[in-house]
Amino acid sequence: MTVFIWIMQCIFIPAVSPLCIGIIKKMKARLQNRQGASMFQPYKDVWKLLRKDEVISRDASSIFRLAPFIIFTVTIIVGASIPLFASFLSNTLTGDMLIVVYALAISTFFLALAGMDTGSAFGGFGSSREMTLSALAEGGLIFSLLTVALINGTTNLFAISGSTMFGQDQYFLSALLAFSGFFIVLLAETARFPYDNPDTHLELTMIHEAMILEYSGKRLALMEWASANKLLIFIALGANVFVPLGLAKTADVYAVIIGILIFLAKIFMFCLVIALIESSMAKIRFFRLPDLLLASFILDIVALGLIF
Amino acid sequence: MLEIITSPTSFFVLLSLFFIGGTGSLLLRKDDALANIWSSFFAIAGSLWGLLFSLTTIISGHTLSFVVGASPLALLSFSLRIDMLSAFFTFIISLIGLFCSIYGVGYIKQYYKKYNIGALGFFYNVLLASLFLVVTTSNALFFLIAWEIMSISSYFLVVYDRNDEDNIKAGFLYLAMTYVGTAFIVLAFLLMYKFTGSFDFETIKRGAIFIPLFIKNAVFIIAMIGFGTKAGIVPFHIWLPAAHPAAPSHVSALMSGVMIKTGIFMMMRLFLDMLQPVPVWWGLAVLAIGSISSLLGVLYALTEHDIKRLLAYHSIENIGIILLGLGSAMAFYSLGMPSLALLSFVASLFHTLNHAIFKSLLFLGAGSVINQMHTRNMEEYGGLITHMPQTAFFFLIGSMAISALPPFNGFFSEWLTFQSLFQGIVSLDFPARWIFVLASGALVFTGGLALACFVKVFGVTFLARPRSAEVAHTKESSSSLLIGMGALATLSLLLGIFSSQLTFFIEKVGNSFTIFQGTPSLVSLSKGQALTVGDGFASVSGPAFLIFFLVAIFIVIFITQSVISRRQKITIGATWDCGTDMTPRMEITATGFARSIVLIFKGILKPNIQSEIEYHDPETRYLLKPRTVILSVRDIHQSYFYEPLHAMVDALSLRAKKMQGGNINAYISYIFIALLIVLFATL
Repeated sequence: MTVFIWIMQCIFIPAVSPLCIGIIKKMKARLQNRQGASMFQPYKDVWKLLRKDEVISRDASSIFRLAPFIIFTVTIIVGASIPLFASFLSNTLTGDMLIVVYALAISTFFLALAGMDTGSAFGGFGSSREMTLSALAEGGLIFSLLTVALINGTTNLFAISGSTMFGQDQYFLSALLAFSGFFIVLLAETARFPYDNPDTHLELTMIHEAMILEYSGKRLALMEWASANKLLIFIALGANVFVPLGLAKTADVYAVIIGILIFLAKIFMFCLVIALIESSMAKIRFFRLPDLLLASFILDIVALGLIF
Repeated sequence: MLEIITSPTSFFVLLSLFFIGGTGSLLLRKDDALANIWSSFFAIAGSLWGLLFSLTTIISGHTLSFVVGASPLALLSFSLRIDMLSAFFTFIISLIGLFCSIYGVGYIKQYYKKYNIGALGFFYNVLLASLFLVVTTSNALFFLIAWEIMSISSYFLVVYDRNDEDNIKAGFLYLAMTYVGTAFIVLAFLLMYKFTGSFDFETIKRGAIFIPLFIKNAVFIIAMIGFGTKAGIVPFHIWLPAAHPAAPSHVSALMSGVMIKTGIFMMMRLFLDMLQPVPVWWGLAVLAIGSISSLLGVLYALTEHDIKRLLAYHSIENIGIILLGLGSAMAFYSLGMPSLALLSFVASLFHTLNHAIFKSLLFLGAGSVINQMHTRNMEEYGGLITHMPQTAFFFLIGSMAISALPPFNGFFSEWLTFQSLFQGIVSLDFPARWIFVLASGALVFTGGLALACFVKVFGVTFLARPRSAEVAHTKESSSSLLIGMGALATLSLLLGIFSSQLTFFIEKVGNSFTIFQGTPSLVSLSKGQALTVGDGFASVSGPAFLIFFLVAIFIVIFITQSVISRRQKITIGATWDCGTDMTPRMEITATGFARSIVLIFKGILKPNIQSEIEYHDPETRYLLKPRTVILSVRDIHQSYFYEPLHAMVDALSLRAKKMQGGNINAYISYIFIALLIVLFATL
């Protein structure tokens, strides 16, 4: 039974993440009075790209060729190392918040290197912007997780998601502030509005799309899929570390099914909020973004101060 | 057998190997190749012997203490004491010395017929020997002699490439800063001597309770300035980015990896051992200094496009991280939490070892590139990965290790440092807690910025298209260079995988301190080689991460390459060029890459930016007049601290010059007045 749940835990993120993108796209289309593509379109896109031929730049080195595999693998490992629908699974090996953050940094590192590798001006600037934002977002990310870690007395994410300390009144405000800090970082790290525009290839605005501009075929599929995985990883962190409700606490079939259903509902809520933000907000100028990320860091510091 | 290896004789063998290597290479200076082989051989042999010696000492846990011969002066005794801490630093010196010397065999060849190889071999061996002496002496005067030999021999190595005007200048700055630092160190020892009556480290330690608190605080500040100058803490760091790039690369690696650590070694010795118990604010001050050094170090590194200066700034950053561990250890111990103090101390020792490894790896990698490109300017590199694939691979490992990416070694020591800072936030009260919060904040941002910086270094140096014609003539380095780098890269991974075992090994070193004897440990090993801190507060496993990663990437590659479709073609085409010809000028530059971060932090970095724009026609403001924009970032300490200081000293000297009128009567009256003052003072 436990083995079966572990297998589900490992494949859950890559299996559900394209749906996540599909839901956001569908909702944005509806908000713009369009019919929009099916929610399952991203699956078809990935499948189509996986079987296509590739064009690779003659300037690109082995880093460019290997990066998609490394990045995708990292998102798989991180996806398996964070609480999704069951908190009774304990992972003391790779379930620490710092290793999750720094493992995601591996994917950022290779993504940025791959962006520079083809020698195009787009890729280089995309990498530069990405590294600027991720360097500044690191403070908000680690400190928001640290706040809940200190409330629960552990930095292991599974242990945090299984705890009951969240419900206590004295910690409610801290957890709420830390969550707002985290949400700001979520948008930055997953290349959504107001940081980046996931729908455009306009050179002035793009960050993530600029780095993967030279990819095609199965490597592009892996890159797109990995970025969907990353979105779902951040949603899962927000949903289960800050709102640890409804996770299966025992290896019981019904508890696990309920856990999965509640998690899907939480994912849907997050997608809805992201779609609403993207439909109602403009992208912010690049040099205004540090202010937003700094605000996230300060929110977390305040949250940290309120614990004691 | 063990007794023979850990005997005084064995230590003499160690020193004499370097002595033979040094003098022999001077004698053989007529023949470049022979001098090189002779000096490198003895440096390698000495380092190997040092490795054996230090490992045996740590494993046997036996403190070796002896006095050599009679000394001409009453206060000076040639006494040596090799305890666990000394042995640990001896281990680091031998390890890095070994690989730098192997690398040197091939690297030195570029200086044949150009400079005196014998002198290089001599000073290199002397530097290694003096490093061993510095960490093993136990008499302040003897220590100062060893310290001076170390400073002077490294000075001659800094100015070795003497045809470059800048190197001479850098050497002079290094010499001046070193002497200022040494003056402070002498003062600190004199103050301690006044109250304990001895220059012997053990006697000072026993007599430390007689030093009044006020004097103790003064000793702390003075020692911090003195040893901090060598370690390169902000604001005494300005010699470091000038001197380290000037030296030959294997010497830079030795200086950055090992020599600056001798400052850290003496801080550990003084603040955690000799002067205990110490006030709480010492630890908090060290934490604050560590935070500032790490943040400013990485910010200045981002602004650099000289690859070796950039790495030198990263040394300042990492010294800051080591100080974060040391500072929290001091604060915890003063607040009565020895277990936490031990944890932090282990973190700082571990990071000392790790930084020595990956920083020397990066310097050696940079050296290989410079050897081929004949310039340190990163803007002229590009696309080197196709010409030097192995060097690029080793440099990539070094970059990942210094950016604290798992499963390399840098991650685990930074993880331990993070954990000790988090423990401080949990268990301390206002105001100490908030200093720990800010220190963790500094460490978090340092990590993020370091990652950005190494994307810049690796991307601009090794990836994309060549930015100058020189790149086409480069080729892979010779085998001795590759062995030196490859061994360090392998160590970087191995130390990450065996991080939990190493933590226990290093904890043994910590436990040898008087204050940590019998202190219960906070780290334990749980299932799956997981290193656990506290009672399950946090745990992480290096081997598990690596195994998961390898298994997962194998599955991913297998599925995408073999299962989905095998009949895919890969076409090699041009990068999308928007219909124009792609030139190197269209690629991002090192300066451009860091531009946005520099602009975001312009309040601290104060870059010179183009201030006004001139137009052909001020009315329409469409056509700009062509002009050159010079973008530069000056170290603010230069403009706000050193230059005013320099101006002040200059003005004072001008005033003092008036006394020197050249009139002999005036001079006689000066002597007379001085004599009177002395007479009255003694009465």
